[in-house]
Amino acid sequence: MTQMLAADGRPLKASLNRALRRQKLRALALIAPLLLFILLSFVMPIFDMLFRSVENQIVSETMPRTVVALQDWDEKSGATPPEPVFAAAYIDLVLASEYKTHTRLGSRLNYEMTGISSLFRKSGRGVGRFETDSYTEAFQDADPAYADPAQWAAWMSDTPIRATLPATAETYDAWAQMLIAVENDVPAEEVPWDFVYTALYLEATNGATLPIAVDLGAIEPVSFQAQFEDIDDDWLDPAVWQTIKAFAPAYTDGYFLNSVDLLRGADGIEARPENEQIYITLFIRTMIMSLSIMGMCVLLGYPIAWLLANLPDRTANLLMILVLLPFWTSLLVRTSAWKVLLQQQGVINDLLVWIGLISDDGRLQMINNQTGTVIAMTHILLPFMILPLYSVMKTIPITYLRAAKSLGATNWTAFWRVYFPQSVPGIGAGCILVFILSIGYYITPELVGGTKGVFISNRIAYHISSSLNWGLAAALGTILLVVVLLLYWVYDRMVGIDNVKLGG
Amino acid sequence: MKTTMKLLATSCLTLTATLAGADGHMSNEMTIVSWGGAYSSSQQNAYHLPYIEKTGISIINDESSSEAVAKMRAMNEAGNITWDLVDVEAADAIRLCDEGLAMEIDVDEVLAAAPDGTSATDDFGGSLVSACAIPQIVFSTTFGYRTDMVPAGVAPPTSACDVFDLETYPGKRALNRNPTANMEWALLCDGVAYDEIYDLLETDEGQARAFAKLDTIKDQTIWWTAGAETPQLLADGEIFMGSTYNGRLFSLIAEQGQPVGMAWDWQMFDLDVWVIPTGLSEDRIARALDYVNFATDTQRLADQAKYISYGPARASSAPLVGTHATLGIDMAEHMPTDPNNAENTFYNNYLWWADYRDDLDAKFQAWLAQ
Repeated sequence: MTQMLAADGRPLKASLNRALRRQKLRALALIAPLLLFILLSFVMPIFDMLFRSVENQIVSETMPRTVVALQDWDEKSGATPPEPVFAAAYIDLVLASEYKTHTRLGSRLNYEMTGISSLFRKSGRGVGRFETDSYTEAFQDADPAYADPAQWAAWMSDTPIRATLPATAETYDAWAQMLIAVENDVPAEEVPWDFVYTALYLEATNGATLPIAVDLGAIEPVSFQAQFEDIDDDWLDPAVWQTIKAFAPAYTDGYFLNSVDLLRGADGIEARPENEQIYITLFIRTMIMSLSIMGMCVLLGYPIAWLLANLPDRTANLLMILVLLPFWTSLLVRTSAWKVLLQQQGVINDLLVWIGLISDDGRLQMINNQTGTVIAMTHILLPFMILPLYSVMKTIPITYLRAAKSLGATNWTAFWRVYFPQSVPGIGAGCILVFILSIGYYITPELVGGTKGVFISNRIAYHISSSLNWGLAAALGTILLVVVLLLYWVYDRMVGIDNVKLGG
Repeated sequence: MKTTMKLLATSCLTLTATLAGADGHMSNEMTIVSWGGAYSSSQQNAYHLPYIEKTGISIINDESSSEAVAKMRAMNEAGNITWDLVDVEAADAIRLCDEGLAMEIDVDEVLAAAPDGTSATDDFGGSLVSACAIPQIVFSTTFGYRTDMVPAGVAPPTSACDVFDLETYPGKRALNRNPTANMEWALLCDGVAYDEIYDLLETDEGQARAFAKLDTIKDQTIWWTAGAETPQLLADGEIFMGSTYNGRLFSLIAEQGQPVGMAWDWQMFDLDVWVIPTGLSEDRIARALDYVNFATDTQRLADQAKYISYGPARASSAPLVGTHATLGIDMAEHMPTDPNNAENTFYNNYLWWADYRDDLDAKFQAWLAQ
């Protein structure tokens, strides 16, 4: 069979593909600015924030030598770590306190173990007063070359010496970097600080050759464990070191475990103590309340949308304005108005007492609980249900109902079997809109929810604003996002996204 | 991180340079962040306007202090600090200092001495809780109650512990949705000695005891998140007794004339402090330090008491506290620091809370959610 050819002799199929491709590229070029804008201002910041839920580089960046030293320590043994760990911690903390990052690390580890933030805060000052000047004096007394900054600079740029004294070289480099960055001094003109001599001593006692020989036996070793104990007894507590070691890796699952009420204990993943378990309860509560809000919105919104779609235009337009009016009022004003209405001494209760339906002592508790949240949120989210329903209903010809009735259907049968199925896409659109909006709400539950009516978003907001535990907030947010995407997928399978119409 | 360190280094250097008397160029505009409402107006009247008169710069007021901690971290990460001076509570200042987001201040170099020569360190005394925090005012979380809802023949409540007494004083209560103050009051009113409270709260038994005490009133309590809620609830008659900041209660009683009384005993002292964000340019730091030197001197702190009932953090300002600017009421007796009100005061241990806040908050919210 011969191929079909286009006017210029090329196969038709190829010609068609080429034309389609050009069309697609043109379309892409038209939306490229918007796509780029959304990627930069929306997608990337969200991913950056969500990435914080696993990112944990602060520990290995602030205390690198300690992290390495802890690798050889068996955390399950229950014993205090050995001396090299304390020596490494000393050098790390001196540098960190110069950069003023030690308290930041303390703050981060405090989320995992109470008390670490004050431990680090104290130690920042404490390590500056360690008795390591004995090492400095010993070396400088043994040979004046050890007190000459230029000599140190020469040694530290000499490759063979750096090869024999790697740890000292690395410590000297770190000191030099700190000097330039924080003190704005020139390393070649400054005598190294005590911790550099400490590193030199420790390396020499491990068998490395010194550039100028010194009698190490004459030097009294400093017990770093004792020095740390002087700052605070907690440094001897293995739990502190277990926490540092557990959170040393650059990526952590700690935040995610925390957000589903688990923790990584000594024997692996285990549940948190009962008095600290909140998140799963809150997730379930948020889902259930959002579902009830969605249900209430359908029940209340459907009749209104029906009216809007089927009344003569003039009345319908007036009703439409009334539906849209709340949008022009501030959200906080609407929520506060509900407070006035629903309070125990509020308008509704006063009315019911005045009518005599309830006694003065038996006033209804309609706010600061789940009822309050559901009522206020239904009111706020109703327009989001009414508008999609209305636009779908507008497209359903009223003649279908009349036809059904003329064929003998009762009012109810006509509605249920003819009208309702055609309005399902509108219900689908409204439901998904209301549900997703309601899961993320936090202002209204905060104000009228009391303690039983708060959502997970209130906790996320707390962790962002007050406790600055952005890792946990990101983990909670990620879980919320995943749950919503999952529900959307389920919804797609059940109703079908193509069946969702916002009109027409 | 390197950029932050370089900025830190530059700011440290410029701080010393400025203080050494090398009076560099100062910026002509400041953005000062505070809490809004009556408190911000008191600062505007007592500090900003006199300073503007003195130096001619322009001051922009921002009301974001309730979000200050998170926003400062976000600004720091973005490298674009738009604020020059931020008013935060002491606990937040410690958190900001720990995170490296607030600048450390040398008190005697930056803050003015008292007129009689007392050094700033001595004048501010115990209010210097953090190296980064410049103390400003002392306020307290204390209780207000409806005077017309007190049962007949019963003396009105005078102490924070009366909130736990449901038999003598029936009715709803309002407490902060935060473990701070509530946990201490629970233990105190359960009979624990004042000096042992924080030690006891470190243990599981102590925490359980505090929660058990709070359980006795949990069903009758509305938990507030904003300082304005309790005054509104009192005015509506929704609650009998509720905790809030003393300045709000003053405004409710004196300015709005509501039938509310104050139960001062065992009020929880708290501090509002200024912090300067790290990462500012030389001239902005110089201006912020100059402003702070002016705004926290003895006379200025006494002046702010004319507009709101918060006590000055300086000892030398106390005798200078006068009458309300518009109402003419003598403010001294409404100060949390007044001897009549301060017979039994609870001094919030900020450093202890800096450690225990995260843990206790999780437990408190779990307890609330049950």
